[in-house]
This record gives sequence, C-alpha cells and structure tokens, in this order.
Amino acid sequence: MRYLPKSPAEREQMLKAIGAKSIEDLFAIIPAAYRLNRDLDIPRQLGESEIVDYFKAAGQKNATDYASFLGAGAYRHYRPVVIDALVQRGEFLTSYTPYQAEITQGTLQAIFEFQTMIAELTGMDVANASMYDGSTGAAEAVLMAMRVTGRHRAVVARTVHPEYREVLATYLQHRDLATSEIGYEAETGRVDVQALEEAVTDETAAVLVQSPNFFGVVEDIPAIAEIAHKKGALLIVSIAEAVSLGVVRPPVEADIVSMEAQSFGVALSYGGPFCGVIAAKENFVRQLPGRLVGETKDQDGNRGFVLTLSTREQHIRREKATSNICTNQALVALMATIFLTVYGKEGMRELAEHNLAKAAYAAQELSSVAGAKLLFRGAPRFHEFVLQTQESPALWSQRLLDEKIVGGVELSRWYPELKNATLWCATEVMRRETIDAAAKVLAAGLVEA
Amino acid sequence: MAYPTNYRYTKEHEWISVADGIGTVGITDYAQNSLGDIVYVDAPKVGDEVTANKTFGSVESVKAVSDLYSPVTGSVTEVNESLKTEPDKINATPHETWIIKVKLADVSEWDKLLDAAAYEKFIAEEQ
Amino acid sequence: MAAMIERKTTGKVRPHQTQNEGLVFEKSSPGKRAYKLPPLDVPEVDASKLLGDAHRKESAGLPELSEIEIIRHFTRLSTWNYAIDLGMYPLGSCTMKYNPRVNEFVSRIEGLAEAHPYRPDSLAQGVLEIIELLQKCLLEITGMDAITLQPAAGAHGEFTGILLVRAWHESKGNARKKVLIPDSAHGTNPATAAICGYQVENLKSNADGGIDLEALARQVDEETAALMITNPSTLGVFENEIARIAEILHAKGALLYMDGANMNALVGKVRPGDFGVDVMHLNLHKTFSTPHGGGGPGSGPVACKRFLEPFLPVPILSRRTGTGREQGTGNRDQEAGGELHWEYDRPQSVGRVRAFYGNTGMFIRALAYILANGPDGLRQTTEDAVLNANYIRKKLEDLYEMPYKTPSMHEVVFSDKRQAAKGVKTGDIAKRLIDYGFHPYTVSFPLIVHGALMIEPTESESLEELDLFVEAMRAIAQEVEQTPELVKRAPHSTRVSRLDEVTAARKPVLRWRPETK
Repeated sequence: MRYLPKSPAEREQMLKAIGAKSIEDLFAIIPAAYRLNRDLDIPRQLGESEIVDYFKAAGQKNATDYASFLGAGAYRHYRPVVIDALVQRGEFLTSYTPYQAEITQGTLQAIFEFQTMIAELTGMDVANASMYDGSTGAAEAVLMAMRVTGRHRAVVARTVHPEYREVLATYLQHRDLATSEIGYEAETGRVDVQALEEAVTDETAAVLVQSPNFFGVVEDIPAIAEIAHKKGALLIVSIAEAVSLGVVRPPVEADIVSMEAQSFGVALSYGGPFCGVIAAKENFVRQLPGRLVGETKDQDGNRGFVLTLSTREQHIRREKATSNICTNQALVALMATIFLTVYGKEGMRELAEHNLAKAAYAAQELSSVAGAKLLFRGAPRFHEFVLQTQESPALWSQRLLDEKIVGGVELSRWYPELKNATLWCATEVMRRETIDAAAKVLAAGLVEA
Repeated sequence: MAYPTNYRYTKEHEWISVADGIGTVGITDYAQNSLGDIVYVDAPKVGDEVTANKTFGSVESVKAVSDLYSPVTGSVTEVNESLKTEPDKINATPHETWIIKVKLADVSEWDKLLDAAAYEKFIAEEQ
Repeated sequence: MAAMIERKTTGKVRPHQTQNEGLVFEKSSPGKRAYKLPPLDVPEVDASKLLGDAHRKESAGLPELSEIEIIRHFTRLSTWNYAIDLGMYPLGSCTMKYNPRVNEFVSRIEGLAEAHPYRPDSLAQGVLEIIELLQKCLLEITGMDAITLQPAAGAHGEFTGILLVRAWHESKGNARKKVLIPDSAHGTNPATAAICGYQVENLKSNADGGIDLEALARQVDEETAALMITNPSTLGVFENEIARIAEILHAKGALLYMDGANMNALVGKVRPGDFGVDVMHLNLHKTFSTPHGGGGPGSGPVACKRFLEPFLPVPILSRRTGTGREQGTGNRDQEAGGELHWEYDRPQSVGRVRAFYGNTGMFIRALAYILANGPDGLRQTTEDAVLNANYIRKKLEDLYEMPYKTPSMHEVVFSDKRQAAKGVKTGDIAKRLIDYGFHPYTVSFPLIVHGALMIEPTESESLEELDLFVEAMRAIAQEVEQTPELVKRAPHSTRVSRLDEVTAARKPVLRWRPETK
C-alpha cells in the first residue's frame, strides 16, 4: 500500500523488537467476540489513475458548462491562481494547529494578518481566527451576546438567511433563550423597523440582522442599531457576501459582526468547507469564541505571534468554555487572506463595483421582460435581486437549463408569501451574453401565453 | 511567605481580613504560585451578592482558570479596579492585593474559616 | 579548512537560513497592484448613487502589493512552519498522517469544486453519488446504521451526536439531566455536553486509566442521558470491558456515545457498532487523511444506530426508488436506482447544524483516501499505526515513566515523573524535541497523568523516522540527567525563542495598526 512506508522485513524486525509474535498480538486486547474477521465491504483498492477517473466522471455528471445565477449565501467569484499555488505548499497544507508557536510562526502571522483585514473590512476592533461558516458564526454570535448581556432573548430578522436561522434554532433549543422573528417591509425588503421597535425589550440580548440581507438588500444599520442599543441589546450583523464590503459601508454601529468569508477565494465546493469569522468591539474580546492570535515578543525581543486568550477555549475551560469549537478553518482563512492581499485596498472596491454593475444590468434586463417584476426597488442592493414572474419558475427554469443556464433560487420554500419569486445573483464572472440569453428565455414564456 | 495571622483562610485558597463589618478578600501565596503568571481577573460588580462557599469570579493565567470562592456571605462594596491593568500585583504581593470588599451579612461566618496555622497545615498536607 | 562557525547537527537537523518577512501591511505602498479585472461588458454604475447612504466612503485599509511580493510573503511565511511533509508529528490523538496529494487533485476537479449547493439535483448527481458512497463506506467501517456528514469538525459532530441523544430521550418522555464523562476526556466533550443543556458528571478512571465499572454502575441512573467515551481511551488503551459498559448504560436506558478521535486504532479490525456504541462521531481530518491546514477545515460525520436515525440533521440524502418510495441513503436499507436528492421532510430531526450539507471538499478527499486503500489497505494502515506506537513504547519505556502498564494501541502515554525529579517537565522536553527536528508530542494531556507525554506516530512513519525519534528522546533523557538547563531553556534553534504568552494575554494585541506618527 503506497501510503505505508514499511517493507515486510521491517515489520518483522519491529515485531521482534517489541517481543510480539505477530501483529495480532497487539490487538489481543480486543475481545474476540467483536474482532472483525473479514474484509470491510468497501470498494477494492484503486490505482491512482482509477481514483482520478472516478472523480472526473463524477465531475462530468455534475456538468461543468452551465452559467449560473445562483447566490443565496454561496457566491461564485474568480479565484486568483496564486491562492492554490500558495496554500498547496506542504508547510501550510499539512501543518497542525499552531499550539507550538516557535515552529508555526508562518500560520500564526498569516492568521494575525487575516484578523487585521477582517477588522478593517467590517469596522470592528478585533476578529477571531475563523469559525466553521457564516451560519454557525451567527449562532455563536447570538450565544456570545447572551453571555455578555446576561439576557435571554433574541430578535431575529426574517431576512437573515433561512438556513442560518434554522441553525440558530438548533443551537438554542436546549438553552434558556427565546427568539422572536420580525418581518420585512414589502416595498423595500428591509427589516420592518416598526416591528423591530416593538419586539426589542430590556430582556433582549441581541438583535440579529443580515446585510446585504437574503434578498440582496442593504439594511439601514444605523436605524436598527439605535433601536437595539436604546434597550441595551447588542446588534449582531451577519454578512453572507463578504465582497459587498468593498463598496457597501461597514456596519460600524454593530457590536458583533459574523461574516461568511467564502467569497474571498474559497471554492463553492457544493457548500463546504467555507470560512466563517466573528469580529467585535474591543470590550467583547474575552467572550469571543474560537482561536485568537496575538502579537508578542520572544525572549530576545523579536516580534512573534501566539495563540492567546486560550482560557476562553474548550481545552482549558472544558464545560465552562465560550464554545466547544476546536478545529476551525485555518486553510480557507489563508485563502481569504491571500485573496484580500491580491485585490488589496483598491481592488476590493473595484471588484465590488463590477459586481454591482453586473447585477444592476441583470436586474434591469430581466425585469424589463414584461411579466417579470423586480421586487424591493425601494432600497439599495448589492449583487442580488428578487424577481417575481407571472409564469411559474418551474416552467422557465427548465427552459433556462436547456440553454445551459441555472436561474435564480426559488423563494417560496422559505417565503411562501412571495409567489413565483426567485433570487438572482450576478457577480463579476457573469457574462453579459448570459444575462441577455436569460432575458430572452424569460420573455419566451409570455409569447406563448 | 508567611501567612498573616490576622487573616482567615478557605480551603479554596482565599484569604479574608475583617474590620468594621467589611471583609477584604484576596487569594493566598499558595494559590498565586500554583496558577503562575496571572493575566486576568474576572471580578463581580459593586452591589453584587456573594455567598459563602460559592463562586464569585475567576482568576486566569495563560493556561489555567481558577474559580474564586467567597469566604463569606454579603454584598460587594468595592472592587479592585487596578487589577484590570495590573493583575500581576497578585503574584507579587498576594496578601496585600485585595480583589473585592464585602459587607458581611453574618459576622459569625468568620469563626468557620481556617486560621493561619490551620491553613498552613492544610496546604502542607496538599503537597 | 575548518568552518569559522560550526554547522552543528542535532538529531536529524542542521541549521539553515529562513528569510525574514514583515507583516503584509508593512510592505504595502499605495498604487502597487496584483490584480487586473477584465473590462466591464455591461454599463458602469455610479456606486454612490446606487447605494446612497449605504455607500462605503473610505476603502478598508487592506495592503497594496504586487504579485511577486505576495508570493514571496506567503512562501517565506510557509518556510517558518513545521509540517507533516517535513517530518513526524508525534501528537497523541491528532493522527497526523500523510495527506495524499491525489486528494487535493480530485477535490479541485471543476464539476466538483465549482458546484453551487443550490444547483438543481439533476445537475448534482456526481457530487451526490460521492456523498452516498462515502456514507456507505463510513457506515461499514463503523458498523453503524445511519449517518450524517453535516458537522464541520469533531466538536461540531459531538454537539450533533448529543443532540441526537437528547432528542431520543425527549421522544421517550424524559430528556434526563446529566452526561457522564471520564476525567481522561478531551476538553470538547464536557464543553459539548454543557451546550446541549446537560450537567457534566465526572467519572473517575480506575487504576489502569480505564473506565471504573463499579463507579459507572453507581453513577448511572435514570437521569443519565449518556456516557461519552473515547475508545481507545486518551491513554491509547482499548476499553476491553466496553460491552459491559454498554450493558450497564442500556440497562438504565442511557446511551453510549463514542468520540471517534482514536479510530485509527480500530479501522478494519473492530467496529464500534459491534461493541455497543449507539452514536459516535468521526474526524475526517484525523483518521481519513484530510489535511490539517494549520488548524482546519475538518469534518465530523456522526454515525448512529437505527433508532436514532429519525433525529438526524436535515436534510438527509435520499434516493428515489423505482416504486416512487424514498429511501434514505445514509441508511443501510437503501436500494439502487433512481435519482439522488435531499430529503427535507424529517419531522423528528434535531434541525440543521450548519447551512448547506457539510464540508463536501473534505468528503471528496476522505473518499479518495478510502478508495486508495481498499479493505486491505485500511486494515494494514491500522496495524502499522499500532505497530509503530508499540515500537516507540518498547524503545523508550526504560527511560520514561509509564503511568499505566496496560497495552497501548495506536498511541502511548508516558509521564515526566523521572525527569521532574531533575526539575524538567514534559513541556520542556517537548520544546527540546524541536531542536532535534520534530514537532512536540501532546503535552500535559490527558489530565489524569501528571506531566503527560502523549505520543501517536501514525502509520505514515517509516522505521527510519521512528528510530530518529527514539534517538532524539533518548538523547534528551540523557541531557535531563547531565545538562538539564539545556532542556529547560529549549528550543535553541528556532526563528523565535519562547514567546511571552503572559503579556500576550494581559495586554492582547490582536491586529496590526498603522503607526500614528
């Protein structure tokens, strides 16, 4: 077996050194009743070319030549090639968690840089070294607010990603924390601030909103913050599309920002691994879950980096830990760091503006098809928009597929009140010709009707 | 380091001195030595209630956290704010660096605590 | 001619230069560029007009560098890291095995890497088949009946597993109050139990470091939800009374949860489902070779017995059968034929533990590993892992104290008792090991051993590397006797010496800030 660096002779030699007659001696402690005396019923050992063929075939079945308007929490952006060139270096790829700082300064410095960039982008003071993803990050942020305020209620906007809200419900189900949901304004697709005002009390630990929200609409963060803070609640802003921060103002009034950084150079990979991160104001740092890297000096005065504030974490606090998180997403955080370095200060703005332009064109073209209505026009958007069609999405989506285009996500499964509504996303990789083709396909349905 | 004879002690390694119904609480030399360099003290707020033998906060070193157990029942009248920026004072002068001051609800609780000799015997047995 | 400054070899290493490198922000200069976007094929927009008050006026303070500086920056940083590709990691319970490169290659295949999670099922059959096959293989390996791949890491899997436990108890009318956890357990175990609303009750280990059956029998009652066990234990010892442990629990209606961190000792030789485990998690980034990447991503599938299947996180992967009936594929009763799709109608599910379906990129890698091994490869892997650990044990037991004499499986735990007599602790020995070219072993864990040295070589180490490790440990033991200061002040050969963790915790500096001049 090619991953095992032993010859049969060496195995014999080692057994002898141990004083065992056969390898089975070393498994003798396992009661005979359940020792496995047969081969595992799994596929036979494949040669490397067979492995590649198997996955290539699977990739083909997945179809690679479709253009896509899918967004909704996972975004297709161009990944600069230097990302893989660097993260595939064995010293990054096959290195362990940097508990032994003297021999992991590479990882530690890169994480410190990541923390800095996230703080800069989000307008917060500190950021952690990553969480599993945006959905668990949002849940952990709510729990954090509960710890900080000592309160037990949260108000959650319906315009937060539906799956994020499901995850939150799962995380809260066995703790003394109740959530109430508030709806959105029909015209703008933004959080209903009136309802928010009524829902927030002095028992509210946190208000959780997403911006740009699930409909692609940018929320009025200052107004929401005021309502939350008036009653002593914390404002948590969840960001599912990190690239938006290139051109959308950061939610500086928030107390905690939970972000999904997948857009920063992490492949879609059918939903994972992604890259969550939590950032917060300075005074909450000791309640932050997850790893933190801090700057310090060594005994000779050299600058160095270490994991710090470890007493928050499971390996010390055990049942009193701020979270049970151990492994995080270090390698994908590194991808994000490299992505942000490649684009840099000006590039992030330009990239975001390209996204804005593509989506503006797509929204305009697709909604100019008679019978297709652009919802939520009353508020600013980033690169997603909601289209309501007279024709049922089931009908035109198949026509689009025939043109090798995947249309927007149907919203009725989460927002049954929005009939025939779909969520469309156009990033910088979306081609004009795809948008034009899609508009034609949508229009075709009406001609027949 | 000698253990002041006018203090009383708990088995969780806190010390307390009392004057005019106000108890001054800190941790012992034994405690600070076991913990190592202290980096943070999580203390209650003025006005909080504390209960004898129950936790009222914690002390952190780089690699460990230790709960603080109150020697007495009462309400917190003062908190040592300087520990926010200089937690290392506890390491340097553990018996002079107080953490909280408590207005005692029941002065007789003093009698239940270990005196210096009993505490020294207790820690000798622990080791 | 003799060298003016000696190039000294210590163990398997000799000094070599590594480039210095500042923070990426320190190399930034306005106007430097590393990107170029293609020209817009749609009309430009006025962002401030479109966004109004939501427009970002000031760009984020990200660095501006050229491409070569970026390549040099991160390449230099990488050279400061130790990694499996460089040498052995003796870290106990981490299973630092070789990360096969074909895994990286296949996970980047376009149709898989670029698949959006909401793409229509008809366009996702390739990736869904991969998930289905991986589920099947993991069920066979664990001897369980149903599985979810949703959790993102081991701790996340533990959380999911205990949620299943709780849901089942609730369905029987009593959630119960406590979870028993051995004092040798990993810190995520009690943290997880607390998060699920359970009280944690410690179970003291017996004199051999295993579960004390009498204590267990005394402590298990009708309010016990489960025992969380690691098998082999964190001492690397197989709990050979495991069936009896399961009986004691089941008799009181409690469940047995197994932390699968140490599966590297069991794969192909014995199956947890066969010895009484009701629910367990796996760590794909340990046993199944997906890379650690400096701390993640991982993946923590949870496998369970049939009676817990209804509670699995939603959605589950299902295959439409010819009869129009649905059969969960994370389930032994599945039939062939029909399209794969995600089933959301699961009324008893504990809910979702994350958005989308799981760390698919890691599923691809883990499956590639399983396919590269086959049944014989997996068995041989386990055997070599156990062989390697026992070899190290034999070669070091005369110099390092063994707190428990029970047989070791894939990892061995020593204590620093002998060296502590000279004032040298496990942490110091670990740091000195760095000077010999190795990453330290796991220090001071499990907590039941004073000054623990937990060593797990994995099957990926050749006899040569093992012997070098043994030589290094023996040399250090000698140094402890003769020149203890050398060990206490180690490491001496790294880019940085021991870092001031105290100041880092007292006055945390968690980001770079531009200096105000």
